Amino acid sequence: MAAVRVEAVLAAAEEQEAEKRRSITVEKELELEYDLGNLLAVDRNPPPAAALRGAGPRREALLRALARDNTQLLVSRLWELPAERAGGAGGPLVAQLPEPTFRLPREKPAPKPRPPTRWEQFARLKGIRRKKKTSLVWDEQAKEWRRRWGYRRAGGDPSRAWLAEVPAGADPEEDQFARLRREKRERVARNELNRLRNLARAHRAGSAVPAAPLHPTGHQDRDELRRVARVARVSTASLGRFQPRLPKEPAEPPSRSGGKKRRFQPLLGNLAAERSRQLELLRDMGSKKPVLDITRAVNKQLRQEEAEAAAANKGKKQSKRGKRGRRQQRPGRSGKKSGARRQPQQQKPAGGGRRK
Amino acid sequence: LISCYRKPKTKRAKRFLEKREPKLNENTKNAMLIKGGNANLTVTEVLKDIYAVKKPFAVLYKRKNITRPFEDQTSLEFFSKKSDCSLFLFGSHNKKRPNNLIIGRMFDYHVLDMIELGIEKFVALKDIKNSKCPEGTKPMLVFAGDMFDVNEEYRRLKSLLIDFFRGPTVPNIRLAGLEYVLHFTAVDGKIYMRSYKVLLKKSGCKIPRIELEEMGPSLDLVMRRTHLASDDLYKLSLKQPKGLKPKKKKNISHDALGTTYGRIHMQKQDLSKLQTRKMKGLKKRPAEKSAQDGGATPKKLKSA
Repeated sequence: MAAVRVEAVLAAAEEQEAEKRRSITVEKELELEYDLGNLLAVDRNPPPAAALRGAGPRREALLRALARDNTQLLVSRLWELPAERAGGAGGPLVAQLPEPTFRLPREKPAPKPRPPTRWEQFARLKGIRRKKKTSLVWDEQAKEWRRRWGYRRAGGDPSRAWLAEVPAGADPEEDQFARLRREKRERVARNELNRLRNLARAHRAGSAVPAAPLHPTGHQDRDELRRVARVARVSTASLGRFQPRLPKEPAEPPSRSGGKKRRFQPLLGNLAAERSRQLELLRDMGSKKPVLDITRAVNKQLRQEEAEAAAANKGKKQSKRGKRGRRQQRPGRSGKKSGARRQPQQQKPAGGGRRK
Repeated sequence: LISCYRKPKTKRAKRFLEKREPKLNENTKNAMLIKGGNANLTVTEVLKDIYAVKKPFAVLYKRKNITRPFEDQTSLEFFSKKSDCSLFLFGSHNKKRPNNLIIGRMFDYHVLDMIELGIEKFVALKDIKNSKCPEGTKPMLVFAGDMFDVNEEYRRLKSLLIDFFRGPTVPNIRLAGLEYVLHFTAVDGKIYMRSYKVLLKKSGCKIPRIELEEMGPSLDLVMRRTHLASDDLYKLSLKQPKGLKPKKKKNISHDALGTTYGRIHMQKQDLSKLQTRKMKGLKKRPAEKSAQDGGATPKKLKSA
């Protein structure tokens, strides 16, 4: 008896729940697609075309009913999101929206990181890091902490400097104040020039090689001129073979092969050259002196390793020991090679050097 | 570029330029509403109403601009650059194309997509006399009709409309503030745009029952010409930079049943030297210890 009554009670409760839910349930053939991040719902069901054709209030009512159903579904989804009361117990109920999923085109293209300046490249190669400087410096004269530069700086206002010492080897008649001012102007101009050069390099790097090979107003840099001069020389009927060179211009070997690294001499050519070459080869084979210049090779290796290490440690923390400390820590250095390291100072670095 | 070598001299100018430069997370898109050389009353009213909906992310130009967007896009691009707007709505009227509305968007200050729509019927905000929802409410967008998926031009139109009416992207939203809904239906070659104010009524359970009240501008539109971007340009504009992807947490995996597994990487352990719980009974007697060490015990011997 009790069991039957319990079942009846449960059934009644369920019916009540269903009754309540009926007001917010909507029947649809196809499920809607939701993008809650954009508060968007897309209904793929074909709307009743025939009913909507006739103009007037009937159409409005139909559209409104359709809108009501779709909005009900969207709001149900939004209400199911995790919500909390913002600003304490009495605040409004705030739901956390997910990320929008509908792909929309961007307004502007993604920002590109700017290429490093000449100094930044050098610093990266050598492993030089920025020294963090304090913003205030102790001024002994004023006996307080002053800025490093700017308004009321630590060394006093440079424009009101009333004393300028004549340096040891200078002309006693020279105006020192004028010299200081001139040097400052030159420094500022050099800085500005370098900044613009860095900008131009960055701009050029971003936009590939420009179509016009030479800048029209005459402000060209060395490589541009060299490149253009070479192109101009080669664009003659005999491909530049008989073009006169300037007195100090180095003679460029005609690479008719167009960049092939290895070229073989013709079989039946210069007999004297062949003879001398073979004799030289025999001489080198017979002599005791090593052909490989150890110091140059070691130099090259060191520079390569330095560059690699700097590139690898770019993200990681570097030790504070500095260049010398890091050098000494390198494992596996044999005695012969470390002995040869002392000599590189006098000799030129091997290989590429300053070639851009 | 001039902007490269001419640095801003004031902080305000610097902030202005920073707002306009390309960023990882972009600003909300602004829309510019322009009147053509011969805009009539309907078209002007439409532009004014859309401006009311899109405030404050829109600029309404008061003067008439004599241009033809489909022929020459330079003046539109110039306006876009000056006002930093990437969406536009251009209204005009002539005998061949009455009540014309061109809706479009830009990518990098160049026209990406443009769709020309004709207004067949328009009911303004002021024609429907009831209370409106506050300015700047983020609207809910609903698109009904299979045309929005089947037809390529309708698909672009859907994307354009979402872009236009979306508003700012927010992480949280007040549930009671969902007051505005824009409903677009594509039927029979026509697009019906209706705006409703949402009334949340009590239902038996947590989720409220929705009642709609017609508010706001309602438009009956017909699609005319289109100028859609080529596929590769569209793909380029859709490309998101890598920095936006969320970083994956390594060494965490999830089961199908919902269990979270973590992975810990340990070095090789010497099991004989592990520190376990002290059990007095298992302690080594001094005799045993000396036998193991071979007589060389560095520590003092404890009497067992």
